[in-house]
Amino acid sequence: MTAIELAAENGQTIAENLDNSPLALRGVTVSYGNEPVVFSVDMTIQTGTMTAIIGPNGAGKSTLLKAALGIVKPLAGRVTTWGKSLDAQRQRIAYVPQRASIDWDFPTQVRDVVMMGLFRELGLLRRVRAKHHDKVMECLTRVGMQDFADRQIGQLSGGQQQRVFLARALAQEADLYLLDEPFAGVDAATEAAIIAVLKELRDEGKTVVAVHHDLSTVEDYFDRVFLINRRRMGEGSVADAFTQDALHATYGGRLGDGLIARTG
Amino acid sequence: MGYEFVALSLPPMVIGMLAAMACALPGNFLLLRRQSLIGDAISHVVLPGIVVAFLITGAITTLPMMFGAAGAALVAVVLIEAIRRLGKVEPGAAMGVVFTAMFAAGVLLLEQSDTSGVHLDVEHALYGNLESLIWLDAVGWSSLVDPTALAGLPPELFRMGFALLIVGALTWLFWRPLKLSTFDEGFARSLGLPTTLISLGVVVMAALAAVAAFDAVGSIIVIAMFICPPAAARLMTNRLETQIAWSLIFACASAILGYIFAGYGPLWIGASASVSAAGMIATVSGLILTLAALFAPHRHA
Amino acid sequence: MLEALTLQLGYNAVLVTLGSTALGVAAGAVGAFLYLRKRALVSDAISHATLPGLALAFLVMVALGGEGRFLPGLMLGSALSAWAGLYVVSWITRKTRLPEDAAIGAVLSVFFGFGIVLLTVIQTMQSGRQAGLEGFLLGSTAGMLRADALVIATGGALVLLATMLLRRPMLMTAFDEGYAQVQGLNTARIDMALMVLVLAVTVVGLKIVGLILIVAMLIIPAVAARFWTENASRVAQLAALFGGLSGYVGAALSATAPDLPTGPIIVLVAFALFALSLLFAPSRGVLASALRHRRLQHEVHLRQGLLALAHGQPVYETMTQRMLRGRGLMRADGVPTDEGRNAAAQALLDENRWQELRRIEELASLAIRDDGLTRIDEVLTSDQVKLIDTRLSPQGAV
Repeated sequence: MTAIELAAENGQTIAENLDNSPLALRGVTVSYGNEPVVFSVDMTIQTGTMTAIIGPNGAGKSTLLKAALGIVKPLAGRVTTWGKSLDAQRQRIAYVPQRASIDWDFPTQVRDVVMMGLFRELGLLRRVRAKHHDKVMECLTRVGMQDFADRQIGQLSGGQQQRVFLARALAQEADLYLLDEPFAGVDAATEAAIIAVLKELRDEGKTVVAVHHDLSTVEDYFDRVFLINRRRMGEGSVADAFTQDALHATYGGRLGDGLIARTG
Repeated sequence: MGYEFVALSLPPMVIGMLAAMACALPGNFLLLRRQSLIGDAISHVVLPGIVVAFLITGAITTLPMMFGAAGAALVAVVLIEAIRRLGKVEPGAAMGVVFTAMFAAGVLLLEQSDTSGVHLDVEHALYGNLESLIWLDAVGWSSLVDPTALAGLPPELFRMGFALLIVGALTWLFWRPLKLSTFDEGFARSLGLPTTLISLGVVVMAALAAVAAFDAVGSIIVIAMFICPPAAARLMTNRLETQIAWSLIFACASAILGYIFAGYGPLWIGASASVSAAGMIATVSGLILTLAALFAPHRHA
Repeated sequence: MLEALTLQLGYNAVLVTLGSTALGVAAGAVGAFLYLRKRALVSDAISHATLPGLALAFLVMVALGGEGRFLPGLMLGSALSAWAGLYVVSWITRKTRLPEDAAIGAVLSVFFGFGIVLLTVIQTMQSGRQAGLEGFLLGSTAGMLRADALVIATGGALVLLATMLLRRPMLMTAFDEGYAQVQGLNTARIDMALMVLVLAVTVVGLKIVGLILIVAMLIIPAVAARFWTENASRVAQLAALFGGLSGYVGAALSATAPDLPTGPIIVLVAFALFALSLLFAPSRGVLASALRHRRLQHEVHLRQGLLALAHGQPVYETMTQRMLRGRGLMRADGVPTDEGRNAAAQALLDENRWQELRRIEELASLAIRDDGLTRIDEVLTSDQVKLIDTRLSPQGAV
């Protein structure tokens, strides 16, 4: 049951107070073609937490993230960020797309990609100054990629590419970080480096939301989980919501059993 | 030699260079956006555009014809987008449907209308008439600093220069969003950039260059310059800024060498007449691409 | 016009019409395989790349003291240079980092440009004055020789025959390349065969529709056919039908008047078929899918509204409010009507049943059918629904 409190008087409704939630979805439905891939999802992200969005393949995890960012248009429902509309708050949100979603053969250098994170600050024509270059190097250093600044992005390994994407998000100096499968196809060292940076962000009071695949690491990496399989199947702290029962319902049948056995 | 060159060869050569650069510049973005063939589509629909403009105005005048061509390019782009999105047809096929049908309509209109008295035909739209863009007022190199003589330069030169200026200015002004949204559209949208508008903007820029160029140099150069110089340039470097510089150099080189080969090449091998400059410029750009594909430093991924 | 459609216009016109029809059928079928292989625009490169071969063949035949316009010779030349173009496309794609669309564009513009250079060479020659090679750009059936018409009709028929013979392996390759390989098919060779067929259609069609518009005959019928069916072999059949129809009607129409060029008319007939398909095809058509999208949106809003009512939550979205009021489920002041309460209770029950279903081992796999809109009794038998209900309320009262 969602936590919406209502006060209906003469047909006028007072919305619940969502000002504290960096990202809240209410009744969001998204369809590709003839049927909803995400149906009537409510989600309330809490400030200063790390939330994993988990669910089986094709359950609408990435779609949910894209709907939250306005990249796909929902059929119904609304998205608020800190209680306001998305457009007013974009500078506070950083997005790390799926690594596979772009063409890594694009003729550009690592440094340039991170600089793209400063677009809001630089605008169309403002000059790139020393402080911007410093900022870029600082972000690259934070993800351990300072020695690769002048590499062409296509020459990087999968893990290195993912770190560059994270550095670009860091350059945005956002309050909310949305990551789409940040650990897909990366090496163990990168995974550790990324999670360390994300935990630092959380400890600085920022909010992190990541689409996540590997159920065995959920408890180590995240504070909260959001379970989805086309519908919202559960939401809460890892202790409360990451339960056998919930996983069983989310993943269904025997598949769920296998996963539960592994996560113990 | 001086007089002949300045009056007969210099203007077409410069016009060819301007046209080549104006097309190659947006071509870089089309290449990276996997939309190279949009240039092909646009240059085919120029024909119906000018025919319709001719049917409406009843005369061969530059401005209405350019509006007609631009209108046709816009119609084509919108149709391709609509068919792609509404009909869920893959982009290549959507392009193929639209530009061939519009081209067919153009040919039919041309055959149906009485254009016997005017110089309007398919060949013209394809080859252009680069060779005829001569500078009658020129008396030699000194004419380059003579204001009255300069006023007699072919108007195509100014038109093409203006088009290049606009395309260049737009690229410079919107450089960051262009690069960003071409590289990572999802990220660009998360920043709130109007990616659909940017994508349309690239195509409109290409259409502008194509429309300005077709009349002077014909469709063949337009298609070749959209694709060959940027493609060869991509193989030279892994930096977008450098790629664009190379593409402009290759575009100029194609125009100059192509024009020279077309005009003087046959003389060298003992033939009397010259061959199509437009075709030769396209051929040279293909040779440059071939060399790049064989030897350029970054030819492999 | 009736005369034309019933083939009463004289021997040549009949041959041209039959040739166009055969060409249309063949182009439609071959184009369908090309489209299903997602390589429709390769045909653009192939067709433009015929021009230098055409011109070179003319030059060679003249140099050998023969008749430059000898159609089979020109066809052979154009086939060779188109093959070279095709090879360059695949060479660029394989050996460099450039994508296929750039390779196609480069080949078509450069080959075509070079072809134009050769055409201007021919124009300056004595024997080239009436070469009429420009006719191959846009096609021309006027003054076509009887022998030429025969060559085209035969060529069209041969391509069609080859397509029919190869349709099974091509279908399998287009549908699932991996599976076809496992089945022991050499997909590379089949792709090559497909390219040969595309090339053959192009070469045969040059004289009638011209090299710029032959692309249309390969692409448009296929794209149009795709709107009507999800079945790949139906797509090929339908594309053949559309292509044949376009060829027949187009050629017949153009025979009725001198200023109706064959190629453009054929293409425009094909485009008309395409436009009709795009708009009115029953499932994939624009009209049908727009209606479906609207219905889906209404259903979603209605369902979400009912669930909000069931949970006693306010309804925020104006569209949802409109749906509920319009159906008499909610009063203007936001309070549900009796009917609305009933419907809401139903929706909630359905929702709870779906939730419970996921906890039942034997039924959990059916949860994949739960898209928020499908009622559970459409998926389960009434016994299964009863089972769920007893679990929902162990007292058995629902």
